[in-house]
Amino acid sequence: MAGPSGRGNAVLVAATYLTVLAVLVLPVLLVMAEALRAGLPAAWRSLLDPDALSAIRLTLVVTLVAVAVNTAGGVMAAWLVTKYRFRGRGVLVALIELPISVSPVIAGLVWLLLFGRQGWWGGWLERHDIQIAFATPGILLATLFVTFPYVARTLMPLMEQQGREAEEAAFLLGAGFWRTLWSVTLPDARWALLSGILLTTARAIGEFGAVSVVSGHIPGLTETMPLHIETLYNGYQTVAAFAMAALLALIAMATVLLRSFLEHDFRKASS
Amino acid sequence: MSVQIQSLTRHAPKASRRLLDDVSLTVEDGAFVALVGPSGAGKTTLLRTIAGLDGPYEGSVLVDGQALAGRPMRERRIGFVFQNYALFRHMTVARNISFGLDVLPRRARPDRAAIAARVAELLELIQLPALGGAYPDQLSGGQRQRVALARALATKPGLLLLDEPFGALDPIVRRQIRRWLRGLHDQLGLTTILVTHDHEEALEVADRLVVMQDGRIVQDAAAEMLDVAPATPFVMEFLGEALEFAGRIAHGRFEPDDQDVLSFPAGAGEGPATAFLRPHETRLVAGGGAARATPLAGGRGGLRRVEVALGARVVEILVPPERLDLIGAGGLGLEIGRARLFRDGVPLTGAPPAANGRERARVAAG
Repeated sequence: MAGPSGRGNAVLVAATYLTVLAVLVLPVLLVMAEALRAGLPAAWRSLLDPDALSAIRLTLVVTLVAVAVNTAGGVMAAWLVTKYRFRGRGVLVALIELPISVSPVIAGLVWLLLFGRQGWWGGWLERHDIQIAFATPGILLATLFVTFPYVARTLMPLMEQQGREAEEAAFLLGAGFWRTLWSVTLPDARWALLSGILLTTARAIGEFGAVSVVSGHIPGLTETMPLHIETLYNGYQTVAAFAMAALLALIAMATVLLRSFLEHDFRKASS
Repeated sequence: MSVQIQSLTRHAPKASRRLLDDVSLTVEDGAFVALVGPSGAGKTTLLRTIAGLDGPYEGSVLVDGQALAGRPMRERRIGFVFQNYALFRHMTVARNISFGLDVLPRRARPDRAAIAARVAELLELIQLPALGGAYPDQLSGGQRQRVALARALATKPGLLLLDEPFGALDPIVRRQIRRWLRGLHDQLGLTTILVTHDHEEALEVADRLVVMQDGRIVQDAAAEMLDVAPATPFVMEFLGEALEFAGRIAHGRFEPDDQDVLSFPAGAGEGPATAFLRPHETRLVAGGGAARATPLAGGRGGLRRVEVALGARVVEILVPPERLDLIGAGGLGLEIGRARLFRDGVPLTGAPPAANGRERARVAAG
């Protein structure tokens, strides 16, 4: 694999590492450094602020629900469009990918248009005392929309390549639909599934645009972590803003580490 | 288990083309039947329909006199082996084999020890006793094929359906696994339906061949009868290299149109007819005409390939080595008295004479 020009390779490898360092590692280190500028206790205290705690709690709840719902929905959608040929299949595939191509801000605006006080169903919702816009349900809906494609998209190529034979074999051996999905289709696709779930998690935690539109930025109530960072930063609370940002970055890095750790574990188990 | 199929018709999705066109077929209990034909003939579609895969159809499919639709899989007692094995990649060989037992509802499922014993028994049967813990990726093609068979046999089916099961194997393994499969069929008292495009494979392993073409059954006969009395010119050509001679029957003899081809007695009515025969069934006759013959490189089954010029037409035949010295002589005639005669795609009765049939069987055996 070394090829004829070992020196050219070395230069390329060095350039890659430099780029990674400059673009990916340096920003994270800078965020950490900024967060710790007034010392660890100050950063820690800023995270224990009630508004900060509320933002962390809201983000975790929204992420948990979004990941659960979109994993189930994504598996079903991917399975449907890859294992069956039906009228309107192409449209469905395009719809699954829509949230990737639409700006999250527009997605947020659509929810406002539907559920806001001036929106289509706003009057009805108000009469029944149901709060969706500028409340947790709205934030959840926006996050669900934005993160829907990831599980489906990562599963689709793999399920396409799986074909139907293994499922037909399971069916002929007496396995029902759920049993086949659970013990034949999904285990075979576990890498793509895990990767899709982690992508969804990362995207749900970090989502800003759509959530920003529907949340109304009420500190302590409808602010998620990314929104709270913006509020803090605009209020010149640099240490608190960067402490929260560092926490967000740490969660993201933990997700990535978890993924490679699980991968390593699974590889060992199956060989 | 027996299978009765009545006027089965299936349409291609979104098209009027018929995948199966009025197919009727009966497979008796304990029979080993091969569905043969070129690709696209509908063999696999027929097999999948019997298994209960794919969508709706017209006509009826009965297994042991009962319709399968609506009955749970485990009551159907059908084992199916796919062309590409369709093993579960993430499960060990043992788990693959036990899958059919593992998915049984709790009250019908044997306990763990019984399942393990059944797996061990099947691993023994497929001669891979040490590979229960291996994953499918670690096996050779022949081993995977046997695992797929064991998986299909785990629930003790009465009917075994095999879709091109030997397609991806090399010739030596193919021959072994085919004999082994036939032995298994006899030993377990199965009813087996095998799909293959390889007629030699079918002739070797099956009792009965069902030849399909364009979604229809063109002939359904015992293996040895197919070559003696093919139902159509297609069957004749599908089963091996065939020479075709156009001509007509007049005064009780078939008169070929080609020069230097000898006429022979034919019992059918007067009119145009076409004669088909295998290259090895011809005979060169010294002084029978003005044909010239040239030996070619190669041959088959101890026979030498020879090119014969019949006026404008050139045909290739197979000649026993001891008759090669005839060739130099020139002035040859081609004797085709063992040909099967057809008129408008339908065989003519009275030809070939029965004695020739027996002789051919002997040649094929030797």
